[in-house]
Amino acid sequence: MSNYAYVLWIPLLPLLTFVVLGIFGRKYFKTSAGIIGTASLLAAAILSFNTAYHYFLVDGKVNGVFQKIIALQYTWLSFSPGVSVDMGIVIDPISVMMLMVVTSVSLMVHLFSLGYMKGEERFATYYAFLSLFTFSMLGLILSVNIFQVYIFWELVGASSFLLIGYYFSKPSAVAAAKKAFIVTRFADLGFLMGILILGFYGGTLDIGLLIQKLTSNTSPEFINITSASFLGASMLTWGLTLVFMGGAGKSAMFPLHIWLPDAMEGPTPVSALIHAATMVVAGVYLVARLFPIFSMDPTSLTIVTYVGAFSAFLAAVIACTQTDIKRVLAYSTMSQIGYMMFALGISKQGGEEGLGYMASMFHLFTHAFFKSLLFLGAGAVIHMVHSNEMKDMGGLRKLMPITHLSFLIACLAIAGIPPFAGFFSKEEILMAAFHSNKIIYGVALFTAAMTSFYMFRLYFSIFWSKEAAHHDHHHGEGTWSMKLPLVILSICAVGVGMIPFSSFVTSDGVALETHTDLMFSLAPVSLTIIAISLAAYLYKTQNQKPDQLATAWGGIYKAAYKKFYIDEVYLFITKKIIFPFIGQPIAWVDKNIVDGFVQSSATVTAKISSSIKGLQSGKIQSYTLYFFGGIIALSLLFIYIWK
Amino acid sequence: MNLSLLILVPLLTAVAVLLGNGLKQIRAIAFIGSLVQLGLAANLLYVFLQSKGAGNTAPMLFEYNASWFAPLHINYHVGVDGISIAMILLTSLIVVAGILVSWSMEKLSKEYFFLLVLLSMGAYGFFISLDLFTLFFFLEIAVIPKFLLIGIWGSGNKTNSAMKLALMLMAGSALVFVGLMGIFYNTHTFDIMEIAKMQIPLQVQLFFFPFAFLGFGIFAALFPFHTWVPDGHASAPTAASMFLAGISMKLGGYGCLRVATYLMPEAAHSYSWIIILLATIAIIYGAFATMMQTDLKYINAYSSISHCGFVILGIGMLTKTSINGAVIQMVSHGLMTALFFAAIGMIYSRTHTRMVAQLGGLLKVMPFIATTFVIAGLCSLGLPGFSGFVAEMTVFMGSWQNADGMYRLATIISAASIVVTAVYILRATGKSIMGPIHQEHEVLLDATWNEKLAAILLITGIVIIGMAPFLITNLIGPSTDNLMLQIGKAITLK
Repeated sequence: MSNYAYVLWIPLLPLLTFVVLGIFGRKYFKTSAGIIGTASLLAAAILSFNTAYHYFLVDGKVNGVFQKIIALQYTWLSFSPGVSVDMGIVIDPISVMMLMVVTSVSLMVHLFSLGYMKGEERFATYYAFLSLFTFSMLGLILSVNIFQVYIFWELVGASSFLLIGYYFSKPSAVAAAKKAFIVTRFADLGFLMGILILGFYGGTLDIGLLIQKLTSNTSPEFINITSASFLGASMLTWGLTLVFMGGAGKSAMFPLHIWLPDAMEGPTPVSALIHAATMVVAGVYLVARLFPIFSMDPTSLTIVTYVGAFSAFLAAVIACTQTDIKRVLAYSTMSQIGYMMFALGISKQGGEEGLGYMASMFHLFTHAFFKSLLFLGAGAVIHMVHSNEMKDMGGLRKLMPITHLSFLIACLAIAGIPPFAGFFSKEEILMAAFHSNKIIYGVALFTAAMTSFYMFRLYFSIFWSKEAAHHDHHHGEGTWSMKLPLVILSICAVGVGMIPFSSFVTSDGVALETHTDLMFSLAPVSLTIIAISLAAYLYKTQNQKPDQLATAWGGIYKAAYKKFYIDEVYLFITKKIIFPFIGQPIAWVDKNIVDGFVQSSATVTAKISSSIKGLQSGKIQSYTLYFFGGIIALSLLFIYIWK
Repeated sequence: MNLSLLILVPLLTAVAVLLGNGLKQIRAIAFIGSLVQLGLAANLLYVFLQSKGAGNTAPMLFEYNASWFAPLHINYHVGVDGISIAMILLTSLIVVAGILVSWSMEKLSKEYFFLLVLLSMGAYGFFISLDLFTLFFFLEIAVIPKFLLIGIWGSGNKTNSAMKLALMLMAGSALVFVGLMGIFYNTHTFDIMEIAKMQIPLQVQLFFFPFAFLGFGIFAALFPFHTWVPDGHASAPTAASMFLAGISMKLGGYGCLRVATYLMPEAAHSYSWIIILLATIAIIYGAFATMMQTDLKYINAYSSISHCGFVILGIGMLTKTSINGAVIQMVSHGLMTALFFAAIGMIYSRTHTRMVAQLGGLLKVMPFIATTFVIAGLCSLGLPGFSGFVAEMTVFMGSWQNADGMYRLATIISAASIVVTAVYILRATGKSIMGPIHQEHEVLLDATWNEKLAAILLITGIVIIGMAPFLITNLIGPSTDNLMLQIGKAITLK
């Protein structure tokens, strides 16, 4: 088995780039920052692909099973014997798969940004933040210790905050950045609690050891954690559900999804990287990483399933009504991640039963490529028309042929039309759902149809509909650095579905036989085609039908357009309950009661001192008077009282 | 190393400052003095680690013991362990930074720098003392200058703030004194190491522990005796705020640990539920109170109450990890809050306002100061990579080890504060550093070299602890083990 210690360089390269650009960028690399960032990421991507080649094709397998290799590990912070935060690098099928996803998407985004962000005042800072994000994400993927995951989890959140708030003069961008951080922070509190519970009962924070201890029915740790219960649920359920809460926050699952659409305030390439392909799937990755433990607890898996399925459905409904193209894509992301989540939820550990796990990872993999392609395409469009609104677009297919074609490919991929990538992974998810839970299958099928509908609504509104308005296209479709990533990602969106994914990434490391059943595919594909035709009928040419439809649906349409008022509920809770009923009373009590007590004692002291300070007048006469007065008073006391 | 140098150098610096003439000369003297002190602290760390590395397991190193006032058994007894070295390093860093940000203090500069140096001398003396009386003596030296610093160079309602601070801290000192006397009359010695070997009767402990703990607790902003903190910090000039939050509040935490808990462990164990209750209230109450503040200095001051609650919580939980966490939190909070006050001071000296609503978009005109502010904020909200994360997580992990159900609940409630912290930090940052800039602020200049140096020093400290926490746990770990020997014995005795 070869030595994988060099994998350390994959996260280290972006970290170095961040430090160099962060400190010296503004001064020395004002224009070259983009090239430096892209070059360092290119090196990281080459290393990742090298790792993948060696692991998957040369020596990762021993006796037909992919091994989990700890390439590096050292103790970073030791709490007590056995319980320590270790930093390390784990090499196993999902981490290597994620390495490829993160470095390649990040590389495409770095490249695209060369053109998209050209001439920005804080160009170097932008690349520094991109590098910081990439470093954090890679660290998260490679974690050996659950606390290491948490550390990089927080760093990912912070870099997301910095990037969403990149246009810091815009109040809406600042608000969105704050919202993203605070909502995910709230979820992370759950994650932290989950870590404390699992760490306490498992006696370790090491993921490998935790899995070892908590997946055997006979180990004392397992017996302890399942026999202890709180509010009717075992501590294992509590621990896992709380960890999942953290995952749901980052992966924008209902009801913690409200930050994702607003996060679209960031530069569009950032949305492609963070809010489509990498950070938002961290929650899925977390559940997959701890999947052996999750598979021991059906209750928490059921929660994962229903949260995922409901989010997939809810987001698809909302996506059908949004008019901001990035928001449509954001809801679509949420919906697709819901797919990955419930696929994990219905899966079991090992063998044929582990189909859901494989399907979820497969969908994560294909989704990363076509979704980042969609975002970059949207970025190119926004670059051209200087607006996010559908109504400002239309007829762009002639002006932007490459963008048009790549966007179409991506739409076909997400809709699940064979032979595009999304078809294969979605098919596996539907298959897994069909075999384990018919309700979920029904929801998934219906969501798939809606997905095709809103994606083609988007496609037709941007590239067809009306004639192109006069745009000031001084920069044409964009530089080569913007077109190249679109082409590369298009090739991926067509090709990655053909990879025999199930022979590489499975729940137990053993290759899984999968087969595409033509009869099974008939239902989803025909539904998809119907949905696309419907979208074409409504949106291909400009007409009154969509508006009439919206009016006809009235209340439901409006509710979906308003995102089912979930934001308003949150605002109500924070602005109308927490601030006035917790914050203000505490501030008031502190000022008026706690401090009031001190203040009044100080006032009394001050009053007394000022009323008696006249006594110390410096006049000899009065001192003499007091002196003799005192002597007389004391003498009287001694004479009459003490005798 | 001769520990008395740590007192001697500030003393000589103070005298030299008095002899100096003009701002330029005085600040140069104070700066050089503080650099020498920083060098001494670094050297102390070096020889300490070398000695430990050579296998020296004595609880206190570089001890020196001389009779000071024989009839009352008062000795000048000094010595250091890892915990005091951490505090000394913290103090020396903040002193250098504090002097750097006071670079252009025109008003009564001689007196100003004299008081700053005097305050630092009190702190150094306090941290190295192994004799309760000497310790108390230095504690008092560190209190008086604060009153004058706020009263003379302060802003806003400074007389009231200075008075409140002095009265409350004096009350704290009085309580501490009662506690110390209680210990003395039962052991007939002021020597901490001697007392630790003896067994103070439980009844005596139960009676005197509250005095000592509350007394020091007032210094450490223990709820509900924290109200000197907001006004005191807000009215103080920048360097005084930094010293107050960075050093003074640490005297309290250190005293709670070294004197109250270490010498009276049984009582600490009996009262731990009260300590934890008060700490939990301080953490969550401080956080919510911070959320409602509109003045940057008040925001940082109230957040200090919340953050110092973690120190008290860690001590109250009485596990090795939680006490480690408390010490790391003292160092971390000291550096972070000093950095925060420094950044606020820099903003105030340019914009002449500290109200969040009147600020905005400062990142555009003063990127360095704004970045400093953001770094302090991120450290405050516990972002990994900065010291605050390491400290808070160690406290949480340690507290969680205390398996009592109610204590677990306290841990969860305290941990929930990280969300509220994120809210107030991001509100302040979002409004003042980000967002649209006010027109009259467009011409303001970024930090000067001395301000930059001060910020970089403090950030370096924060980042080193945040990136390589094993450095600080290796330093303080063996010393906490020693404390825990005493505390663990007491807990099992019961």
